[in-house]
Amino acid sequence: MYNQMVVYLADAAVTDRIFHALADSTRRDIIARVLVGGHSVTELAANYTMSFAAVQKHVAVLHDAGLVAKERRGREQLVTVRIESVTEAAVILDAWQEIWRGRISRMDDLLAGHTSDT
Amino acid sequence: MPLLDMTKDIDALTMRVRCHFDAPVDRVWQLWADPRQLERWWGPPTYPATFDSHDFRAGGSVKYHMTGPDGDQPRGWWRMIAVDEPKRIELEDGFADADGKPIDGGPTTIMVATIEEAAEGGTDMVITSTFPSIENMQEMLNMGMEEGLAEALSQIDMLLAE
Repeated sequence: MYNQMVVYLADAAVTDRIFHALADSTRRDIIARVLVGGHSVTELAANYTMSFAAVQKHVAVLHDAGLVAKERRGREQLVTVRIESVTEAAVILDAWQEIWRGRISRMDDLLAGHTSDT
Repeated sequence: MPLLDMTKDIDALTMRVRCHFDAPVDRVWQLWADPRQLERWWGPPTYPATFDSHDFRAGGSVKYHMTGPDGDQPRGWWRMIAVDEPKRIELEDGFADADGKPIDGGPTTIMVATIEEAAEGGTDMVITSTFPSIENMQEMLNMGMEEGLAEALSQIDMLLAE
């Protein structure tokens, strides 16, 4: 598993494409939605005020970065995650860390409220 | 900034957070041992937590719920594995159904918190969370950690801005 991760991250071009793809809040939101399950572009577009074509463009950037795949289901085309499960584990652990980042900051506020702090 | 470092071990499905507080060990312990204080930090501002029961000793159980912006109330439980006041807590954290009963086969994590006096004064705390399997992690994601995920991904923005 470690080796896969090392190989994956060692490919700088891949990393650049991924970072570029994720450097946009709409695209991160799309990833968060499709991580939970496949969505059609129409379903995704319903969540945003921008045009269907603009959402389609965002999906294309994610697709080029290898982060999502398009799967045919009946007459629909579903957008699904394509990142390696090892990468997925990394993303989930990151998310868990962010939850704790928030908790520790709240703990700190609570402690500061009980001592005389600046 | 109380946060010292965050590390993750993808192989072991474990993450670790180290932090330092300018407060004595006993005071930091109270953040866990007093349910009214727990309520002020466990849930994010959008999902504040309420602890419905809090039997904070080895073998005890803790039940809580969170209240979302739409009035949704996800429920959770802790199974206290070890409580060694004031320096170590080990517990299993999982989801509960609407009646507060643990969901059979639902996703869980094992969490260990160690609290100790820092050499330079104040208190160091280390939190370690371990997921039993990748399937378990994916299920956890399905049951609602989108918020953490969005924050995790937004970190990439900060990295790019540096």
